[in-house]
Amino acid sequence: MVVHRVDETSVDRIFSALADATRRDIVTRVLREKSSVSALADRYDMTFAAVQKHVAVLERAELVSKERRGREQLVTGDVQTIRAAARLLGEYEAIWRGRISLIDEILAEPTEGDVP
Amino acid sequence: MTVVSTTKDPEALRFTIVADFAAPPARVWQVWADARQLERWWGPPTWPATFTRHEMVLGGISEYYMTGPEGEKAHGWWETVAVQPPRTFEFDDGFADENGDRDATMPVVRAQVELEDTTDGTRMSITSRFASTEHMEQLTNMGMVEGMTEAMGQIDAILAET
Repeated sequence: MVVHRVDETSVDRIFSALADATRRDIVTRVLREKSSVSALADRYDMTFAAVQKHVAVLERAELVSKERRGREQLVTGDVQTIRAAARLLGEYEAIWRGRISLIDEILAEPTEGDVP
Repeated sequence: MTVVSTTKDPEALRFTIVADFAAPPARVWQVWADARQLERWWGPPTWPATFTRHEMVLGGISEYYMTGPEGEKAHGWWETVAVQPPRTFEFDDGFADENGDRDATMPVVRAQVELEDTTDGTRMSITSRFASTEHMEQLTNMGMVEGMTEAMGQIDAILAET
């Protein structure tokens, strides 16, 4: 298995960046298509400055990057970092989901004394 | 689907999973207390667990190993921190070397299990607490199970497209 390693500071940054629902939504959106900060501001009914702040947090966590196109700044998602974050957040959950479905199977078995 | 909810609290380094079972708490307790039942679900299907010691009493020690597809063994230990059958069980879960001695370089997770009555069975809540993100990362990087989270489900779907 190839492990995309991220150091502890960046893990902290990724976790706190993704702890906010709006920021998670921005990441999802800009992964689909690049979007300008002003287009995002319209979408969330937020001020340009508020969205700019969210984007800056995501940028520091390297979840998104910005590029200038004319007068606009386009935000785009960083697939590598997002994949690493998804792995960190998800694998422990996957372990427990696996365990719980096995417990379910054990509990579904007839116990001694039950009429078959 | 028996899993009711999962909660991640990255800042507190806590992960909670809640599941409902159609069996009374006394029965669900057995899957923890009976080593033969416990070893049928603790390890992933490709790494089945064998418990060589299992003491669910305050300060009690459990020792186990999981056997991989190539016959390789991964050892682990539990230490019971709190226990009240058939309601609560709290334990530290750590790694051990091939002699079964605790491996201090590997992360220890504090797990808290709560069993509650529901109208038709049991609600089990498990909260896992990690000492640091580094430890959480070490654990998730063990690579025993591949998976992605529900909260990140949307992102997952997009990653599949790209």
